[in-house]
This record gives sequence, structure tokens and C-alpha cells, in this order.
Amino acid sequence: MDNNVVLTARGITMTFPGVKALEKVDFTLRKGEIHALMGENGAGKSTLIKCLTGINDFEAGEIHVDGISGPVKNHSTKDAQEVGISTVYQEVNLCPNLSVAENLFIGREPMTKFHTVDRKSYVKRAQKIMDELGISVDVTQNLENYSLAIQQMVAIARAVDMECKVLILDEPTSSLDDEEVEKLFTLMRSLRDKGVGIVFVTHFLEQVYAVCDRITVLRDGQLVGEFPIAELPRVKLVAAMMGKNLDDLAEIQKESTADVSKNPLEISAKGLSHTGTIKPFDLDIHKGEVVGVAGLLGSGRSEMARAIYGADRASTGTLSVDGKEVRIGQPIDAMNLGMGMLPDDRKAEGIIADLSVRENIILALQAKKGMFKKLSRAKQEEIAARYIDLVQIKTADQETLVKQLSGGNQQKVILARWLATDPDFLILDEPTRGIDVGTKSEIQKMIVKLAGEGKSILFISSEIAEMLRTCNRMAIMRDGQKVGELDHDLTQENVMKAIAGGGETHE
Amino acid sequence: MSKRSLWSKLKGWSLFLPVVSLLLVMAVNIIHDISVGANPFSFFMITLRETTGNGTILYGRIIDILNRGSEVAILAIGMTLVVSSSAGTDISVGSVMSLCASFCCMLLAGYGVSSTSTLAVPLIVGILAGIAMGAVCGMFNGTLVAYFGIQPMVATLILFSAARAIGLLLCNDLIVYVRNGTFGIFGGYLGIIPTPVVIVAICILVIGLLLRKTALGMYVQSVGINARASRIAGLNSKRIIFLTYLICGLLAGIAGIVASSRITSADSNNIGLYFEMDAILAVALGGNSLGGGKFNLAGSIIGAYTIQAITTTLYALGVSSTQAPVFKAVIVILIVAIQAPPLQAYFKKRSAAKQVKGAA
Repeated sequence: MDNNVVLTARGITMTFPGVKALEKVDFTLRKGEIHALMGENGAGKSTLIKCLTGINDFEAGEIHVDGISGPVKNHSTKDAQEVGISTVYQEVNLCPNLSVAENLFIGREPMTKFHTVDRKSYVKRAQKIMDELGISVDVTQNLENYSLAIQQMVAIARAVDMECKVLILDEPTSSLDDEEVEKLFTLMRSLRDKGVGIVFVTHFLEQVYAVCDRITVLRDGQLVGEFPIAELPRVKLVAAMMGKNLDDLAEIQKESTADVSKNPLEISAKGLSHTGTIKPFDLDIHKGEVVGVAGLLGSGRSEMARAIYGADRASTGTLSVDGKEVRIGQPIDAMNLGMGMLPDDRKAEGIIADLSVRENIILALQAKKGMFKKLSRAKQEEIAARYIDLVQIKTADQETLVKQLSGGNQQKVILARWLATDPDFLILDEPTRGIDVGTKSEIQKMIVKLAGEGKSILFISSEIAEMLRTCNRMAIMRDGQKVGELDHDLTQENVMKAIAGGGETHE
Repeated sequence: MSKRSLWSKLKGWSLFLPVVSLLLVMAVNIIHDISVGANPFSFFMITLRETTGNGTILYGRIIDILNRGSEVAILAIGMTLVVSSSAGTDISVGSVMSLCASFCCMLLAGYGVSSTSTLAVPLIVGILAGIAMGAVCGMFNGTLVAYFGIQPMVATLILFSAARAIGLLLCNDLIVYVRNGTFGIFGGYLGIIPTPVVIVAICILVIGLLLRKTALGMYVQSVGINARASRIAGLNSKRIIFLTYLICGLLAGIAGIVASSRITSADSNNIGLYFEMDAILAVALGGNSLGGGKFNLAGSIIGAYTIQAITTTLYALGVSSTQAPVFKAVIVILIVAIQAPPLQAYFKKRSAAKQVKGAA
């Protein structure tokens, strides 16, 4: 092993039922570096970290840690800590009602010779640790009296005091404000200078470039590559995470060219937000317009749609539908205003697994009509049959349970559910995920056709290409915020540059 | 060939196992009757009998089961909906029965009166107030479960322990007797038919129509299967869960009135005692998953009568009432085991293996 290397993982493979979460992934961490682990949600970042810290038992591969002979196989976080790997998560796993000092030594309290806790010495030691790290706290105070940032730093201090060689920070900055982030970065840099190897997981691109030395990118459970920070500008990082190669981007023909910007507004959001998920945004959608939402997973794309639809009740701002200001408390209110939303998490928020295809299709229409105006069985069957035919759902019959269908067909059932309500404004969050290529283009055509009928559509997709083909305009999302709109020169390259942001567009 | 397809059709029927369980219990009766040399079908015999108190009435073991099983059957209807929508059970129904009975009798007799033959308020007022009390209890439970997100078992534990005591409070710690012929009718006879049987039929009819003629049945199942997805699709998941607890409490009120009317008194300490367990068992025996989602109301009702059939059978076999619970437990274990997924999978595997053997 290279002298400078503190942790090597080789060929890590891990499967969950039906999914290859990691496939032969390599990862190398050197002493005194901050190493960003990047990838979209589901790329395998968390799985890899769990393999390193002993939460997951990986199937194949080896992990070597500096100073330990032979491969390391951790079976618990305690094992991992013993070989010098510590993790600090987004949510602080400490006890808020104990003092800072108690939290630092919990589970390994300094003892007197009578086997009682040596309170005097541990307060002294705790203060010394915190002072050394430049964290100004009174260690006898309860942890809950300090901000989340300080709490996180206490968690880090605890890890450092346990002589960790590898410190894994899993999305530590998600709930910190800018000032707190800066404090955390200062601490990270000082630890780096002491020779600790730090793995930094975040979905904030800015922060990667502010503090990291090296980037490892994962995609779909596979290693894309390891890059020194200087060699991977933002645009290339985004391209690597999304799996697009900038060099062979083909020019894509847009199918719709009609100018709809003069049409009256269907949706107009002003300063709408949902605390903790999406910062205030403005968004106008005209009748007959398809607006795409581009951004990395976790950038706030879905959250923006959810705030409009009332899936997450908006914390601030106003929403106008068809020119009238409205209040939406929950999805049914939005539906009564002519909205519909196909959510991105099909299993958790889409299908009602144990109900039949027929029931799943008519559910939203029935909810809109109200409980006491039940659709007759004949009517239900007629509607189900029409939409099974229209979106070509492959099912044995209407009474088949929707959970027995393939993922793509389940998706079509939910699409059918919304089409059946004849919405004026339809939110489609990843409607083509897990659908075969042929049906994908069918859905894209349907989007254009619906827009042609004067309906408005908000189209969220990870595939920029399909949005380019259908959208009149695109909203760009980054780090939980709407950062801009593109309404001309819609090309894959421009969109990706906009998603990446920053000053490195000239590469 | 057609015979086999009929058999496989039967096996696919959702009520197959609950019905088989009930038939098995009946078969025990037949075997017993044969072994003691009685008419093998005496179990099914229904005769008209003259009684001193009630005039001419229907008489027979089947009638007895239908009559005695009424309260649990009524509770099982509500319990089925609660289990389906919230994947939890309402363990307060037995106590709520007692509270409703106490409230009704207290109103009818007047506060502090322990025995009366003249009613303090019109009968209908007392009865409706008792049932309304059940609905209030249901709303209390529903609010805790649906809007406060408290585990159903914990939320209903409150009234499980408190309702019976509140009933005693209302009755001033007395057993209130309402010795008025008209009050006894709900637990007595309507012509030749036991009134509780009629009340069960009305409850099934009303709830059945509610589930069939409105979309409630689909809503409850949809929320029980996936509350988040249901909300996105426009259902008010919380309100639907609340509604199922309300219905469950209301039915507990009706069951309480029936139980109270049987003994023409409000015996707070004994009315509905352990009935919540029988109601939950009825839902399980009916082939319903206690994990929520799809439900089968008919199964639960058959389950309720199966429990009563077991009790009646044990008495017919001469098992003493103190020992009956032990035998009841053994039978319940058998019935639940037959329906358990691992055994079902085993049976399926065996029959598949047999078919392969037959072909070879």
C-alpha cells in the first residue's frame, strides 16, 4: 500500500433484491485530503459508505486500512471505529440532553480507580479537545443549547478524539446556513492539515469546489472515475454524474415550435416555498405550454412541483390558477382546480399496490367526484378500458392487481389515472422512468398533443433530451432553489451548463 | 374435469377458509351427536317453542349461535374497517360498549337511581344517546389516530381503561336496572326472532350499502394500502381513517345497547368484557390481514359466528365454562394456523407435487 494512502476499497460489489447497488467499485482515500463522493440519488454513494462503516455486508471486494494488515471486514459501526473509520451523519446521533463533554465521551468515559466516572478529568479533557479544534463551547452545557452546526462539530470532535484516520461526512451541510457551513469547512481543513482523510458526501456542487481536493463519481452503482478537482470542472462533473458525454451530444430536433408565450397564464407562482425543501420561487406557465424542470436529482425539482400541487403545503408565497389567487391545503384542492400530479416515487406515492388496475385508474376521478357520487361499475370498466387502450397498458385484465404489473405498466396506470381526470394542468415527475424506448416516445408525443389541446404541463425529467423534444421553456434548479429559466437556445449543452452553474462555462 | 375446476374455483373464493372453519366446528357437533346416539342433525334443528316470558320463539343451536354472537358480529363490522384503514385495532370497543350501556340506562333511570320500572326519559332518547356516546368515543379515538398520528393500540388504550370507569361514574357505582318491558326488547325477541339477530342484519345492511353505494369501501382500502399515494390521488386519508373509527365507535354503542337490554341493566363491570379481543379475532378468522388494506366484511362476520359456534359447541360437549377458554384457544390456533401463509404455501407445494406425480 502506498504510504500516503489511508483507505483503499477494491471491487466492492453489493446487491439488493433485484438491484445491483454497487458493482466492482474502487475507492482510494489519501492522508490529509478532502475527497468528495459524488453521484445522483441512487448512484450508490450511501451504499458504499455503509460498506465502509460495516452497516452493509458487501458481497465481493476488499477494504484495506492503513496500519492494519490484511483486508478489513467491518460488521458494525463499532468495528469500523476500531480500525479508525468514523462517520458523521446529517442528523446528529448524539444525546441533546447530555452535556457536550458527556457526549464526547459517551460509551468510553474516563474512569477512576474505583471504576466510577472521573467527572473532573473528563470535563478538562473535553475542553482541551474543543479548544484544540477551535470550537468555542462550554463543554458543561447541554448539547441542545447549541446550534446544529456546533452539534455536528461535537460529533466530529468525538470522532477525531477516537483517533480516526478516516472521517466520513454524509451530507453534513444539508441543514446548515452559509455561515455555519463556513465554520464546518474551517474545521474540515484543519483536520485535513492534521492528516485525517475526509470523505465528503454532498449534493451541493458549490461546496465541493470550495473545500475538496479530489472527486470520485459514481453512477448507477458503478465507478465513473476519480479526478483531481482541477481536472473536473462543474460541467464535466454534471456530465459524469448524469452519464452524458459532452463530446457526442447530437443536435435534437424539437417537435413543437408554436409560440405559446402570448397565451393566458394557467399557473402563476410568486415566492412559493416549502420550508426545508425548496426556497421561494416564481414560476409562470401559460396555457398550452410545456415547461421542463432541469436539475440534478435532489436539486428541488420534485419539491417545486409538490409545493404547487399541495403535496407539501406551501410555507410562503401565492399561487394563481387561471388568473385567480387560490389557496391549496392538500392535493384534492389542487385537483378541484384542474391539476394532476404523477409523482416520481411510483411505489411510495403512486400505485395502490393491492387494488386492481381498474380501481387504480378511476381512483383520482372518483376522489374528484366525491365519495357519495360513486361511479357505476359499468362506467368504471368503460373508463378503465378506454385508458388501458389509450396508453397501452399491458395487463391480463382490468381486475389484475396493479402490483402484478411491470414497473413501466404501473407507471402507465398512474398516467391513465390522471388523464382520466381531464386535467388543465398536469405535473409529470419522471413519467418515463423505467419505461421502454417505444413507449417513452409515445408519452412524449402525448405531452405535445395535450399541450396542443391547450393544457399546461410541468415536465420533470432526468433525461434532458426528452425535455428538449417537448418543452417550450425550462426552469433550472440547483441546490433546492430555482436559479433561472432557459427559453431559447435550448440545447443539451446549454441546459447542462445552466444546471452546473458557476463561472466555468467556458471550458 | 368440471368437478375439479369447481373445486379450484371454490379454493380461490375469498371466503373459502372462513367458511371451512365454520363448517369444521359444525362437523364436530354432528360427530358428537352421532357418538352419543342423538339425531346427527340436531345441531341444525330449529323448532318453535313456547316460553313463559317471550311467547312462541324459534329455538335451536343455530338460533342460539346467531343470537349470542350478535354483539361480536356488530363489533367485527367496525373492527374490520378500522383494521383496514389504519393497520391497527380498536381495543376500546368492549369498554365503550359498557360506557354506552351505562349512559343509556342512567338516562332511562335517572342519575343515582339503581332500579326503576318507569322511564325518566323516553326510551328512544336513551337508546340514541347511548349510541351517540359510542360515536363520540369513536371520534375521540379517530382524532388521536388520524390527526395526532398516535399508534391505534395506544390511542384506544385510553378508552379501553377509562370508558368502563366513566360508565361506573355515570351510574354512581351502581348496577342500574331498567325493569321496563320495552327496554328488554333489544336483547329479547321480535315476534319469534331474537331481536339482536335483526339488529345485526340491519347493521350489515346499512354498512354494506354504505360500502357498495358510495366509494367508501374503495377509499378505506386505498388508504389502508398506501395512505401517501391515496393523498396524492386526492383522498383525504386522515378523514377516512377518522371516519372508520367513528363508525367503529357507533357500532360499539349499538352492541352495548343490545348487551345491556339482554340483562335489562347496566352492569358496567361485565358488559362487553374481553369483547374487543373476540372482535379482533373475528376479523382475523375472516381471513383479513391485521396489517390493513384489503378487507372482507363477510369473512369477519362469519368469523364472529365461528367464535360463538365454538363456545356453544364446547358447552354442548359438556366442557365446563371455566375450562372452555382453553379448548377455544386450541381451536383458534388450528383455524389461524390453517390460514397462515407458510402453511398455505406448504399445501400449495404439496398439491403441486401430487399433480406432477399423477402426471408421471
